[in-house]
Amino acid sequence: MGLQSAQSPGHPDRSALTSGRESAFHPVECQVTWWDNGSMASVSGNAAQGHDSPAVTIRDLFIRRGRTVVFDGLSLQIPRGQITGLLGPSGCGKTTLMRAVVGVQKIHGGTVEVLGEPAGARALRSLVAYDTQTASVYDDLTVRQNLNYFARIVGADREATERVAHEVGMTSNLRSLVANLSGGQRSRVSLAVALLGDPELIVLDEPTVGLDPTLRQELWMLFRSLAQRGITVLVTSHVMDEALHCDRLLLMREGKIIADTTPTGLLKDTGTTNPDAAFLELIARSEQRLEPGHGKHAAQQESS
Amino acid sequence: MSPNRTLATTARVLKQLSHDPRSIVLLLVAPSLLVGLFAWLFDTQPGVFDRYGGPLLALFPFILMFVITSITTLRERRSGTLERLMSTTMNKPDFIIGYGVAFGFMATLQAVVTVTFAVVLCGLSVEGPVWQLGLVAVVDAILGTALGLFASAFARTEFQAVQFMPLFVFPQIILGGLFMPREDMPDALETISDWLPLSYAIDAINAVTAGDSGADLFIPLGVVGAFALAALVLASLTLRRKTP
Repeated sequence: MGLQSAQSPGHPDRSALTSGRESAFHPVECQVTWWDNGSMASVSGNAAQGHDSPAVTIRDLFIRRGRTVVFDGLSLQIPRGQITGLLGPSGCGKTTLMRAVVGVQKIHGGTVEVLGEPAGARALRSLVAYDTQTASVYDDLTVRQNLNYFARIVGADREATERVAHEVGMTSNLRSLVANLSGGQRSRVSLAVALLGDPELIVLDEPTVGLDPTLRQELWMLFRSLAQRGITVLVTSHVMDEALHCDRLLLMREGKIIADTTPTGLLKDTGTTNPDAAFLELIARSEQRLEPGHGKHAAQQESS
Repeated sequence: MSPNRTLATTARVLKQLSHDPRSIVLLLVAPSLLVGLFAWLFDTQPGVFDRYGGPLLALFPFILMFVITSITTLRERRSGTLERLMSTTMNKPDFIIGYGVAFGFMATLQAVVTVTFAVVLCGLSVEGPVWQLGLVAVVDAILGTALGLFASAFARTEFQAVQFMPLFVFPQIILGGLFMPREDMPDALETISDWLPLSYAIDAINAVTAGDSGADLFIPLGVVGAFALAALVLASLTLRRKTP
């Protein structure tokens, strides 16, 4: 509770959004919704901010990389105009899922629908922006040259360069060679590239890794302002504390969504005060669920 | 295809090079140094440099551009920038042609420097017009660029990319008619030689130094150009929007 009230003043819209979300989840037995068809229906009935359809709908996704099966029948939806956080430990499939949404990942079964089109469709290339986990910018160009190049590619104007540099706090480094920047600065340049153009969906793979707390805070404020402009923001992180900045949370482990919830719902349901503990609790529950004899018992505990 | 995106890519590649002056100097000066070394080696044997100097002018731009292009595009594949570009509205030919034009431009500069050096300072005797020598060198460099773009698709690391040089380049040098006239080769090797683009590059150079023009020059030159075009198309096909 302490965390929740500490964070509400910074995000006046949060309480409204959260309460809306919670009410949608009441029919289900707990705040943390285990993914099944029932909860899918409750999300789609709850499409946010005037949009009828979710930004992303994934059905029965099957992906293998090499011999490893990354996803075996994954289904989920991501609402429009909100910050959705995809959280989970390294190697759980976050990046593969991001790549599938952007349409650069080969899929072996199921469908990924983004803004009403199949992921990767031509029409989506100007509507979906993607920032990969490692900074995808040219080391041997200056910050300005990088931004100007990508601006020309996505058809943005020159002012866009100044705007995005300002948004990620890199205005004073525009003339620096990217190779000479720190890791955090490089990833901010890469993030700035994703902000060029006029995307409706921004997919950010671990954008806050390696940044100090002040910068992280500023970036989350930026993501918030994007969402307020109606842009759907999909962010991954393996740092559970970042969960508290999101509107929606998808918690992933070993290629499965183990919870689809809100920050408040996550803490309230697990009876924990920090996201790390909540995640551990969820893992413990998901393991109990896999054992048939314990399933009923676990459900009773949750509803009590 | 979009000329704007193609030119943006060309400008970007050239700007990347401009931040690396040492590479530019190597690119422009190294072939001249090697040509000079060769001329010096055969200083006392008249006629030898005139016979081999021409084909050297075909080899250097080809080899250098092959290595530079395959490594640069491999870096692009590995750094994630290619994946980022492939997630935008950029078309594959925009990317490939953008690279081709940028390195083609560098190749032209290189050819001007090397041919001038060979003819003026080393005294290479050329029967035909010198600009034709330059033209052949540029087309060869574009061939190297195109093959390099294509080869980079099969390399996972820079180390592998460098290893492709012996694989793609050395057989072409050995069978290209530099060491032995192609018609004197064993039949099987002559047939292979007929299918290698560098053979035609060397034919074209020999035609210029011998003062032949017309069909003797432009047919082999056209063949080299066709190979370059085919390699560019193949390279473009190796670019994937979706990867495993």
